[in-house]
Amino acid sequence: MTLSFIRSVAVPLPLANVDTDQILPKQFLTTLERNGLAAGLFYDLRFDDRGEPRADFVMNHPAYAGAEVLIAGANFGCGSSREHAAWALADFGLKCVIAPSFGEIFRSNCTNNAILPAALRGEEVVTLLAQVGAGALSIDIAAQTIEAPSGETFRFALSSNEKRKLLNGFDDIALTLRYVAEIEAFEGKRGGMRQP
Amino acid sequence: MSARTLYDKIWESRLVAADEDETILYVDLHLLYEVTSPQAFSGLRAARRGVRRPDLTLAVGDHGVPTSNQAAGIAGVPDAAVRAQLAALEANAAAHAIELYPLGDARNGIVHVVGPEQGRTAPGMIIVCGDSHTSTHGAFGALAFGIGASDVEHVLATQTVRLRKLKNMQVRFHGRCGPGVSAKDMALALIGALGADGGAGHVIEYCGDAVSGLSMEARMTLCNMSIEAGARAGLIAPDESTFAYLRATPAWRTRTDYADALIAWRGLRSDADAHWDRVVDIECSTIEPCVTWGTSPDQVVAIGGAAPEPARIPDPTRRASAVRALAYMGLAPSQPLAGLPIDRVFIGSCTNGRIEDLRAVAEIVAGRRVASGVRAMVVPGSGLVRRRAEAEGLDKIFLAAGFEWREPGCSMCLGMNADKAAPGERVASTSNRNFEGRQGRGARTHLMSPAMAAAAAIAGALVDVRLLAPAPARIMESA
Repeated sequence: MTLSFIRSVAVPLPLANVDTDQILPKQFLTTLERNGLAAGLFYDLRFDDRGEPRADFVMNHPAYAGAEVLIAGANFGCGSSREHAAWALADFGLKCVIAPSFGEIFRSNCTNNAILPAALRGEEVVTLLAQVGAGALSIDIAAQTIEAPSGETFRFALSSNEKRKLLNGFDDIALTLRYVAEIEAFEGKRGGMRQP
Repeated sequence: MSARTLYDKIWESRLVAADEDETILYVDLHLLYEVTSPQAFSGLRAARRGVRRPDLTLAVGDHGVPTSNQAAGIAGVPDAAVRAQLAALEANAAAHAIELYPLGDARNGIVHVVGPEQGRTAPGMIIVCGDSHTSTHGAFGALAFGIGASDVEHVLATQTVRLRKLKNMQVRFHGRCGPGVSAKDMALALIGALGADGGAGHVIEYCGDAVSGLSMEARMTLCNMSIEAGARAGLIAPDESTFAYLRATPAWRTRTDYADALIAWRGLRSDADAHWDRVVDIECSTIEPCVTWGTSPDQVVAIGGAAPEPARIPDPTRRASAVRALAYMGLAPSQPLAGLPIDRVFIGSCTNGRIEDLRAVAEIVAGRRVASGVRAMVVPGSGLVRRRAEAEGLDKIFLAAGFEWREPGCSMCLGMNADKAAPGERVASTSNRNFEGRQGRGARTHLMSPAMAAAAAIAGALVDVRLLAPAPARIMESA
């Protein structure tokens, strides 16, 4: 799967340290495959004790139906390494999370699933949050830019491998297997079996 | 060659190739469990790829396992979805000739308890697992960190991981912890000081005389929670304690190459003049028994402290998070933590489910009773921990005090099995995360040390373990 441009309104979730337990609670972890997790996304936040949508949760607001971008606080996706969090975001239709920073394992889980983790400076995130009602954002992954509804443009960082994976849909395993000779050489140098 | 840190040295010793801005590093040990591996094996099957080094891979069942009736094996697991995950793990391990400790086998248990206990964890290794608390193994001077399931698939197929180099942070603990203060309190105090993302972008090396003085199990507790400060890995240079611990493990008791290994291990330390991107100094005499008040592990205070006054938090996002956390936890601004009544006590997890943790609990609860209305459980970190505790008679102390004595697993740390707290229940927990809903929807988790959780069980409320009168058993001994 590739990702190059996104044009969408953004859902605001301005909370710090939104952990992967929030993004996808444990009761949805007992699956064997990567798909079918949209129903569990932010489950405890989205649904009340009877399983009804909470009217006061932002993602349940009709204005944000179909949004492909989420704007959150610092350290988004901290905690558990569960890639299920990224799978649930993707399954729900989200393609980009904008935040001042991300949990590191979550960040790589995103880029392995065609989701853009766009880290902006805190004040830039505040600027974007102030404009969520003013229209769509335009995100250009090749240019590494986010254009706000006001026309202001912010730049986010991506490593060259992250960028190449998002734009081309590359699979890390295929990329690494180009170095199989180097892997074999390393193993040869160390001897075959278990090492201290 | 310029001076290097331990992290730099391990990194360079496992370097296979550079690709774009990433480095391909060789993995010495890959640990698997039932929740984050079936998708990886599915991916391998779809791409017609195999497992490169089953001999460097070990599988256990831990996250969803019930903590009773494990002798019945997978067939006895009541939850059908968990049963299917455990069965998939067993089938995948068998299909690829990967060693697996079955449910009910004494060697099985929490993956981060089992690896060190079996001597599979060793200094200088790169160790990965699809679990964020893989940082635990850093206690042995291994570079150990959690990965997602796609990366699990990558390691299965290539025996390597792709990474960008992180920065070096040195955390130096000086002096001595006072009575009632443990490695858990060192970890919580550090996380409180750094913040939940204060270690982001860094690998932490724990140094200082207070760290050298810690047992291997206490070192594991400290390294375990590195991720709660946002650091992907934490490590401690191996020393005589490390070597003595490993020599006694099943893997190393009989190995003939121990002497050679020792020579290599002794070189695994940061150079004296190595460059640190950040240095943090903590005086252990200032650390008190800690307890979290909120829903992030950095929302922590000394037991004599109180919940914050959000109006005094300048950053608007952090203020909003504090307001939300107080509401979730059922606390008022500035409310003191000591004296808060609790409903549940959980002793266990990869943070505090080892024999020394259980001994610390037994010392507090011997001859006492769990407060009425409190449900308290002890879940050993592995079958071997359970067996050892029983050999020492700890199980009888727990049962006499009114604790449940369970079978091993992750249990209530993440509530994937039946061990959950009910909405609104307040839990004194020795685990690592107080996230909303972590121990059950609406459950209110307070993280603390085993001794503090034991004291809370007896008092029926959060309490400073140092203020508890000496245990009756101890009075009898000294009489």
